[in-house]
Amino acid sequence: MITKLNSLKVRSYWRQSVLALACITLASCANKDKSEKQDTAQIKVSQVMQAELTAPPHVPTPVGRRQAKKLIVDMEILEEEGEMTNGVSYVYWTFGGTVPGSFIRTRVGDEVEFHLKNHPDNKLPHNIDLHAVNGPGGGAESSFVAPGHEKVFSFKVLNPGLYVYHCATAPVGMHIANGMYGLILVEPEGGLPPVDKEYYIMQGDFYTKGAHGDRGLQPFDMQKAIDEKPDYVVFNGKVGALTGDDAITANVGETVRLFVGNGGPNLVSSFHVIGEIFDKVHVEGGELINDNVQTTLIPAGGASIVEFKVEVPGTFIMVDHSIFRAFNKGALGMLKVEGEEDKKIYSGELRDDIYLPEGGKIQSMPESGKVAEKDIPAKSLDEQLKFGKQTYMQTCFACHQSEGQGVPGAFPPLANSDYLNADVDRAIGVVLHGLTGEITVNGETYNSVMTRQSLSPEEVANVLTYAYHSWGNSKKVVTPEMVKKVNNK
Amino acid sequence: MLVRTCLMFCIAFTIQVTAFAQTSEGMAEIKGGSYIPLYGRDSAVVKVNDFLMDRYPVTNKEYQAFVIKYPEWQKSKAKQLFVDATYLRNWKNDTELKDSEKPESPITYISWFAAKKYCECQGKRLPTVDEWEYVAMADEEIADARVKESYNQKILSWYEVPRTNTYEVGRNPENYWGIYDLHGLVWEWTSDFNSILITGESRKDVDKDANLFCGSAAIGATDLMNYAAFMRYAFRGSISARYSIKNLGFRCVKDVEIE
Repeated sequence: MITKLNSLKVRSYWRQSVLALACITLASCANKDKSEKQDTAQIKVSQVMQAELTAPPHVPTPVGRRQAKKLIVDMEILEEEGEMTNGVSYVYWTFGGTVPGSFIRTRVGDEVEFHLKNHPDNKLPHNIDLHAVNGPGGGAESSFVAPGHEKVFSFKVLNPGLYVYHCATAPVGMHIANGMYGLILVEPEGGLPPVDKEYYIMQGDFYTKGAHGDRGLQPFDMQKAIDEKPDYVVFNGKVGALTGDDAITANVGETVRLFVGNGGPNLVSSFHVIGEIFDKVHVEGGELINDNVQTTLIPAGGASIVEFKVEVPGTFIMVDHSIFRAFNKGALGMLKVEGEEDKKIYSGELRDDIYLPEGGKIQSMPESGKVAEKDIPAKSLDEQLKFGKQTYMQTCFACHQSEGQGVPGAFPPLANSDYLNADVDRAIGVVLHGLTGEITVNGETYNSVMTRQSLSPEEVANVLTYAYHSWGNSKKVVTPEMVKKVNNK
Repeated sequence: MLVRTCLMFCIAFTIQVTAFAQTSEGMAEIKGGSYIPLYGRDSAVVKVNDFLMDRYPVTNKEYQAFVIKYPEWQKSKAKQLFVDATYLRNWKNDTELKDSEKPESPITYISWFAAKKYCECQGKRLPTVDEWEYVAMADEEIADARVKESYNQKILSWYEVPRTNTYEVGRNPENYWGIYDLHGLVWEWTSDFNSILITGESRKDVDKDANLFCGSAAIGATDLMNYAAFMRYAFRGSISARYSIKNLGFRCVKDVEIE
């Protein structure tokens, strides 16, 4: 409300009385609010400007106080193969070569001249439906474009907010499922309040012929899409697009604004950042602001702007809190915050005491019992190492880390590990059955739980061979037969 | 009424012309029948007459022979009314392909007008959408393979392979009718490609396609799983007769004598 009043450009000595008056007016007849809104269709544009488009997780420069302009958006559609996760590839259909598509940033009153270009190598016609458009099909009607052609249409952005755009060509669901969506931001008059960091994150669900993790080029599976049973639920188009080196970053004390979209096609997202409370959420990307929110619901084809200040350093995990999607299907990203600790806000671990009401017990994970593509035998040591690395990245990476260095005090290292190199049968047994209790690795004592892994003998052999051939270990080769022998003991 | 009269005349005329024609070399006989197209309802059974269809899409080499014989269809001479700027874009000059192109690959970058003319000059014509779809629903074994999962899978898999237009014709196994490459190489022009409209907006923003594609493009369709066909209809809806496209070629058909 304050922002809107500011935009009236009242002189400061009038402001207080005007504010008081406005409050009275609002209280007495709240339903007049709508009619008092600016008629944004009347905003005049001056000059032509080329829109800055950015690939996720980046966003273009804030609009700030610039005047409304004629804004040229040049967007190219590309159908291209990409990596869904280690060893799994997929043919994505993209706006601007990325999933989600390029971020478009406008302000209310802009006249957007949209150039939609369908690359000649593409197989299919496409179009674009922008939820920021007031007009038939959100622009889809006038942007249906054959391969090797370019369509141009224009629209005036009337409503501030964060909006999804997507392809709407038949079969619509398939175009969306293949990654054809993105976000367009319409800033209010005067722009959004400045923050320190801004990022672009968009969830999507993907449906492949093979099961999650099955290697190779995976075609789209229409039946799974109709059944709404995705194999992958991810942020920014692939598993791990926002983890490790690709994590988004901030420094302690900074304010972070996330433009979060949900491309769908099917799932609704319960967006949550583990260890953060959103100070401010623009509910559904609109004008309503909610404060102090833990998890915000983002419908398919909807968006949300969340803002928060980061108080302490660490890695903050972003998830869809429909939590199996996060840890089993890929909907997981990281925000890495650097800076000074503040023990008053968060102490970290203070003590580790033993508590055993019913004795130690090995946790177990269910086995699928199904033979999948992942059980296809590796034909050479090279393949063993390749497949082993894929399994490592999917299964072991989170605890033992990318270079096998482990996490001090919590997860033992695999790099140069005396424990690993000493006894191969024992190592196989640990992967097969899990391990609990105290062990000593390279002179350090660890006391944690490793759950038994539901891996096939092939996978166990591959991942251990990979570990033995990495990070200064003994280069031992583990075969599926060795694994079966240990398993049958 | 007028249309019907004309149609009758045309058919009569065609019969006269083709009465002596043999089953041309390179064409296969298609036994007509009834089928329900993707966009139809139970009542919308379409009847297809017997006809002959080219076994292969028209190749670069064949089209080369055509433009040598009919220079008005050469790249630099074709009327702008009938072709757009990308017509024969992969040709070096009026009569030669670029070195990167193969003579036995399907001709692409071709407008509907040019394709239509090519067929006419062979005493043939472009297939109708119904004829094309009727033959294209066959796999190697049966005439209507749309019920098979493998049928859809095969078609869809080529959508995911880029630049299949550079392959040579005859790469895919012949189907039930002895026809090659209806799926797997290039899209193909049909005579009435835009008579069925998937509009720019495929979710019923207009009423003209009320029987075809409602909701998210599928409610009125007979076979909701045949989404490969949706893509063909969508493709056809996105083009105009002047367009020349990298992935779009054609083949010809011919009527057979009606008893």
